[in-house]
Amino acid sequence: MASTLFRNIQTVPLLLYPSAFFRRKNGALYCTIKSSSSSVTQTQTATQEKQQDPQIKVSTQTQTKTADKLIKDYEAIIGIETHVQLSTLTKAFCGCPYNYGAKPNTSICPVCMGLPGALPVLNSKVIEFAVKLGLALNCKLSLNSKFDRKQYFYPDLPKGYQISQFDIPIATNGYVDLDLPMEFGGGHRRFGITRVHMEEDAGKLLHSGNGIGIAVDLNRAGVPLLEIVSEPDMRNGIEAAEYAAEIQRVVRYLGISNGNMQEGSLRCDVNVSIRPIGQSEFGTKVEIKNLNSFSSVNRAIDFEISRQVLLHSQGQGSSIVQETRLWEEGSQKTITMRKKEGLSDYRYFPEPDLPEVIVKKEYVDSIQNSLPELPEMKRRRYESMGLSMQDVLFLANDINVAEFFDATIAKGADVKLATNWIMGDIAAYMKNEKVSINDIKLKPQELAELIASIKGGTISGKIGKEILFELISKGGTVKGLIEEKNLVQIVDPAEIEKMVDKVLSENPKQLEQFRAGKTKIQGFFAGQVMKISKDSAGGIFMRTLFRTAETNYIPS
Amino acid sequence: MLSTLQQPPRSLSRIPLHLKPLRSFFTVASASASQDQSSPPSSQILTVRQALLSRQTTATQLAESYLSRLSLTEPHLHSFLHISDSLLRDAQLIDRKIERGEDVGLLAGVLVGVKDNICTADMPSTGGSRILENYKAPFDATAVRRVKEKDGILIGKTNLDEFGMGSTTEASSFQVTANPWDLSRVPGGSSGGSAAAVSARQCMVSLGSDTGGSVRQPASFCGVVGLKPTYGRVSRFGLMAYASSLDVIGCLGTSVADTGILLHVISGHDRFDATSSNREVPDFSSQFASINLVESKPLKGLKVGLIHETLEDGVDNGVKSAISGAATHLEELGCTVTEVSLPSFSLGLPAYYILASSESSSNLSRYDGARYGNQVFAEELNALYSDSRAKGFGPEVQMRILMGTYALSAGYYDAYYKRAQKVRTLIRKSFKDALDDNDILISPVAPSAAYKIGEKKNDPLAMYAGDIMTVSISLLLYA
Repeated sequence: MASTLFRNIQTVPLLLYPSAFFRRKNGALYCTIKSSSSSVTQTQTATQEKQQDPQIKVSTQTQTKTADKLIKDYEAIIGIETHVQLSTLTKAFCGCPYNYGAKPNTSICPVCMGLPGALPVLNSKVIEFAVKLGLALNCKLSLNSKFDRKQYFYPDLPKGYQISQFDIPIATNGYVDLDLPMEFGGGHRRFGITRVHMEEDAGKLLHSGNGIGIAVDLNRAGVPLLEIVSEPDMRNGIEAAEYAAEIQRVVRYLGISNGNMQEGSLRCDVNVSIRPIGQSEFGTKVEIKNLNSFSSVNRAIDFEISRQVLLHSQGQGSSIVQETRLWEEGSQKTITMRKKEGLSDYRYFPEPDLPEVIVKKEYVDSIQNSLPELPEMKRRRYESMGLSMQDVLFLANDINVAEFFDATIAKGADVKLATNWIMGDIAAYMKNEKVSINDIKLKPQELAELIASIKGGTISGKIGKEILFELISKGGTVKGLIEEKNLVQIVDPAEIEKMVDKVLSENPKQLEQFRAGKTKIQGFFAGQVMKISKDSAGGIFMRTLFRTAETNYIPS
Repeated sequence: MLSTLQQPPRSLSRIPLHLKPLRSFFTVASASASQDQSSPPSSQILTVRQALLSRQTTATQLAESYLSRLSLTEPHLHSFLHISDSLLRDAQLIDRKIERGEDVGLLAGVLVGVKDNICTADMPSTGGSRILENYKAPFDATAVRRVKEKDGILIGKTNLDEFGMGSTTEASSFQVTANPWDLSRVPGGSSGGSAAAVSARQCMVSLGSDTGGSVRQPASFCGVVGLKPTYGRVSRFGLMAYASSLDVIGCLGTSVADTGILLHVISGHDRFDATSSNREVPDFSSQFASINLVESKPLKGLKVGLIHETLEDGVDNGVKSAISGAATHLEELGCTVTEVSLPSFSLGLPAYYILASSESSSNLSRYDGARYGNQVFAEELNALYSDSRAKGFGPEVQMRILMGTYALSAGYYDAYYKRAQKVRTLIRKSFKDALDDNDILISPVAPSAAYKIGEKKNDPLAMYAGDIMTVSISLLLYA
């Protein structure tokens, strides 16, 4: 929006401002304060970018055996606040683009810097994405909502308030359906969604190398977020991690966010409390931050449940206090980050710089009609196609894989065979080469062609495999490769007979053994025939011919 | 507000001025204007335009004469915080355009003062606050950009109460502006610098900002025309926010015509201000007609309501007689004037101070010393914030931040902020009812004329009470 006016500000960041405003170093803004220990820990969420194995694993090391026994007597109550960074072209209230990893303070303007006199103007895509997510999460949409200011002081918050939504969020009262992975026992779950609201992201604090000050990078300031608050419906780490994974699938299916946890495009803050089974009151809830992967969500929660259960069972329930704890990946523990001293007063009030958000029913309907098939719908459809839950979960997990699969079967491929190829050789290739299904050269229609060629007997399964790797790495068409390499399966019985003749006559010893009842030697003959035919002799005919040979073949 | 002045204030005649070039210009200009009956002679903007296009004078000559007048008057008035370095260069550019026969904008050669809470890229913008001392904005406010696009020349940045919070301009962090009519009196505020500068002919027109009366009241105190547009008519982009739901950029000039022309230039939707109105901008100036040409009762049939609550106890007799004089004048022009009562009128003042303080406590959060403005060195973050803000903000601003923070705090929100919003709705309704029966409503601007400098400095409640007549109108939003 503001791109024309501020173009030169973006390209030559900060040069237009008098040098007195900023103490700059390496393109970042500095304020001259000593980085106290509290600010060090607080910045970790923003700066830690550890690579995590996206696969969920259960860590039993964090749970002591005593806790395991005790846990049976307790119930954990888990709720999650998820922040999803929207992949709009520009920020929520100005025309600056946002690119993760860009040089600090290179994508900023007076609006997202909170300069005097600058005003926010809402990017309409934010509403569109919020409505999409609200509908996808089966929420009730507020046709009349508004923005509010949430006020607090922090160096990464340039205006001294965050534009957010307080008492009238855009969407409320929804739910999300998911299926737990088979390795965790499977099962369908429905978790409630309390609310979805729109807000803006803050900047990032960076450490200066010399330890004297804290640097502020405002590239992220003003990037649109949707905050999704769940009902406290989860009972263990796996459920919570799967809830978060489902949110990731939903936003990726909708195309509203890349959902990348390592880059902070998807952030989960988890609330955990425990209570003895049978007790109706909730226990004291503890918030956990710094969860950079689904597996850390899982492990942090299970650790926290054990910690709380141990304390409670030892009569130290009162030492479970309302606090924010940090998940430490290194020690696999949660540690105290800050104790909550009463409720913070954010002094919310309606944002006077922005008009009310009015969404027309027709607009909502048009978005509803344009929604893509969502993960849950896909899973149910795949299930109805006769696929196992293992297959269903694999295919629906990644929207690109699901789309590839859908396109393959749309070309008439056999459902089960297509599944097997994708989950087998194709998945193995992607894992080895660390690429996504969109990076491989194989097109769905060629996979369909390949499957049809094998099924129809044009090529053997073995040749199919070879062609597949060629197609994945170099591209091309199945037909083209078959012709190019002269790989058409020899189906002419006379031709095969000639080859069989040749093999049998060249190996009289083996033939004798065969006749004597050593039927296993059939494999040897088959290998020899394949060798002569350069792998193009059709298996079916081979078997037929050998059956003949078994009984009445006499080498000429 | 209704009076237009043809002569500069008397008090300045005591200041030894060398007004020769200026006088000769005005003689020439008014002589030529009187020949052309189609333009109202009181419009400086149209007079300047005619003088430039007919080559009777040049923009450079005009700028030079105003600069020399400034150098004489400014030591007594202190209406400006900065004077433009590029004034003469800008004027020469206009002259060259005219020489080349190019089209020039409506404000060509017009010298415009800009209140210092309105951002300008070429001059500092301090908002009258120590915390933004020497701050230079990287952009022009939309209103300023529109003035420049019409070839208006910025002469300087005018003094104000810090961030617009005050009614006397005494709350400026930098200097106290004097009233040109009596240097011992306040010019009003918060646009005191803009009003005094126009009144003393230091500039031809000026931009001010009005949150609860900050254009209207100083215009009244300085005897110039002040125009507070409807909220949303003029973009707020580039205006340092005081109370976002009330702030409006307004115009000050020596004639209704000039403020109308200036308003026309700066009005209209702006994609950088989501609260700016999409309504079409009428050409206010095309409706102006020379007094010689209109019929004897040009306002016949117009129903005028005089707000009863603005004539009660506590209003100076001089003010009462001035407004009844104006009412009589309107009747002579054909209006019917009746008194109307607005029962919720007195609630406007407390509601205004709660809402404006609440919003200001939020709007001024950005001045934390961390990114721009004056920063106090501190060992830790909270000390950096509190020390920078304690040193950077003056007492009036600190008081309003505290009041606003209190009104928005948990447990008090319903009793103050929310209740004030309800009062705002009530006031809006009572005005709407009054406007169902009347075409326009009139009232004095303030209960008194300009008072002495220092007189109300230690009595903020008395100062706030002086805003009783203007704040209710500010609460109306879109009518």
